[in-house]
Amino acid sequence: MSTPYAKLPGWVEYGLIPLINLAVAFLVAGLVVLLVGENPFEAAYHLINGAFGRGEYIGFTLYYATTFIFTGLAVAVAFHAGLFNIGGEGQAYVGGIGVALACLWLDQVMPWYVVFPLAIVGSVFFGALWAFLPGWLQAKRGSHIVITTIMFNFIASSLMVYLLTRVLKPLGSMAPQTRTFAEGGQLPKLDWLLSIFGLNVGTAPFNISFLLALAAAFGVWVLIWRTKLGYEMRTMGNSPSAARYAGIRESRITVITMMISGGLAGMMALNPIMGEQFRMQLDFVQGAGFVGIAVALMGRSHPGGIIPAAILFGVLYQGGAEIAFEMPSISRDMIVIIQGLVILFAGALENMFRPAITRAFAMRGQRAAAVVQTKGA
Amino acid sequence: MDFFHVLVVLLESTIRVSVPLVFAALAGLFTERAGVFDIGLEGKMLGAAFAAGAVAAVTQSVWMGLLAAILISILLSLVHGYASITQRGNQIVSGVAINFIVAGSTVILGEAWFRQGGRTPALAEGARFQTINLPGADAIREVPVLGPIYADLLSGHFLLTYLAFAMVPASWWILYRTRFGLRLRAVGENPGAVDTAGISVIWLRYRAVICCGILCGFAGAYLSLAMTAGFVKGMTAGKGYIALAALIFAKWRPKNVMFACLLFGFLDALAIRLQGTPLPLVGQVPVQLMQALPYILTVILLAGFIGKAIPPKAGGVPYVKER
Repeated sequence: MSTPYAKLPGWVEYGLIPLINLAVAFLVAGLVVLLVGENPFEAAYHLINGAFGRGEYIGFTLYYATTFIFTGLAVAVAFHAGLFNIGGEGQAYVGGIGVALACLWLDQVMPWYVVFPLAIVGSVFFGALWAFLPGWLQAKRGSHIVITTIMFNFIASSLMVYLLTRVLKPLGSMAPQTRTFAEGGQLPKLDWLLSIFGLNVGTAPFNISFLLALAAAFGVWVLIWRTKLGYEMRTMGNSPSAARYAGIRESRITVITMMISGGLAGMMALNPIMGEQFRMQLDFVQGAGFVGIAVALMGRSHPGGIIPAAILFGVLYQGGAEIAFEMPSISRDMIVIIQGLVILFAGALENMFRPAITRAFAMRGQRAAAVVQTKGA
Repeated sequence: MDFFHVLVVLLESTIRVSVPLVFAALAGLFTERAGVFDIGLEGKMLGAAFAAGAVAAVTQSVWMGLLAAILISILLSLVHGYASITQRGNQIVSGVAINFIVAGSTVILGEAWFRQGGRTPALAEGARFQTINLPGADAIREVPVLGPIYADLLSGHFLLTYLAFAMVPASWWILYRTRFGLRLRAVGENPGAVDTAGISVIWLRYRAVICCGILCGFAGAYLSLAMTAGFVKGMTAGKGYIALAALIFAKWRPKNVMFACLLFGFLDALAIRLQGTPLPLVGQVPVQLMQALPYILTVILLAGFIGKAIPPKAGGVPYVKER
């Protein structure tokens, strides 16, 4: 389908339009705050203060952002190939198995820098595995990827309840979780990174997987814009028929893209499991897979946009906790609303303000042209 | 006789849990047949359940609750319609957004208005649906076999239960025997042809989306006004997605929708029943496997291993008039 919209300058396309969409989402969220009978400006103050007010808060913000970079990249990679991977939640969840297995196996005998690479491999492997099946089913059997990945989210959640209540739970324990890892299963904090800026990370679980997330973002950029595979993925995403005529093997690209996407989602598990809780608990993903959708939409599926978008959601999560603490009538569910509004305005309604903006630019362009003409005369 | 009794009880709870699925899956049937995919069934149902619980608690009237449920659900449907029909946005993204917005708002507003941890107050007798005893149910109960089937299985349900099952042939009739239904199905297969015939694709799709809203309203109202007495946060618990799975399982046909919902409802009822009891031959089945079964079955079906589920051709694609 051809886009019925005129081309706009890059900074409008990638800067102004997302910002306007975001502003509208926050405006509506402000209305919800009013409806609850609270002051939206006070809420905004607590949000910003709770996210940046102290070194510890910044540490939490970046800890959440780390998670969202992984899941955002996962959704974005699939987007480029025209696939909507809505299963990041399940892939991240199953990816946790890989992390937990590596940690449970070696945490007592090896230092973290030996366990960590293995855990990365494990998380990528299990995440990719969980995305492989939907990808393969779409490529070979024509099942709709959105529906299969939704189904796989639910299957993953049942599977994990089973594993954590029956298989991975230590004997004699009641809680559905693995045992706590020894030192080898715990990632070092990035306190030195914050202390460069004179900040104290405090109890925040901001850890080394943040650097891995940045590396993954760079890797995705290289993959999508600097490799043959990435070119084929984008071609398929832009025009499946063109890709077919060009001899690109669609089913192969679909499966590979989904596995990369699932692998990235799986890596998300490293952050909470090895970086914060030091054990695998039930429900550790906590919707991060879905946040990835909002992050990818906000960041226009570009790593350069995904990182700030992920930080924005980190701010929402950390600042939202602070709002919930300071203003008891606004619980953390406010974040879920904002998230939904961002998905609505930045995703489904992304073109709502485009005609007006295009018109404004066309008018400016005409005026500029007129000025040139009068000068020339 | 004992086995028979167990079966009746099992089927009775199957019917009870199937009702919201039937409503929601029929709701999805209308929009998806018109070419608008809707994974926001969950959100609409949840929003409707909340509106029903909240309004019924305040007004003490079950009918006001039902009305509020339908209105909220239609409103949410119109948001989805605006995004996916008028703005030609991504239908999946819009559905996801609605699910999130509703999941958050119901908790925040519920807590702000009623301060009971996101619940609405427990509803008194007049503010919720009562079960209906079919004529002669008590008299016939002692008759073997037929008695329990009539008195326990068919009688003693809520008005909405009977409505849900009546909606199945009604939907069939609307979709296959009226002009509106013919056009609605056509717009999901080939909107261009409908447009050429001088019929508004946009208005037709909006009407389909409104039908979806009404039915999701019933589904939500059933949850908070009939199945339980009041709204509990997150009370849909994935039923919207099961309904979606049932819709696919039914290959977008009304009669199949009912059977798919009954099958998934039966699995649900069975899972609760079998918890901790070993089966002959296979031993103890983990509850989690039973719970995942509808999803697994849907995946297998989608893969074409048990027949092929072919969605409406124009589904998920916004209609752009030739210019």
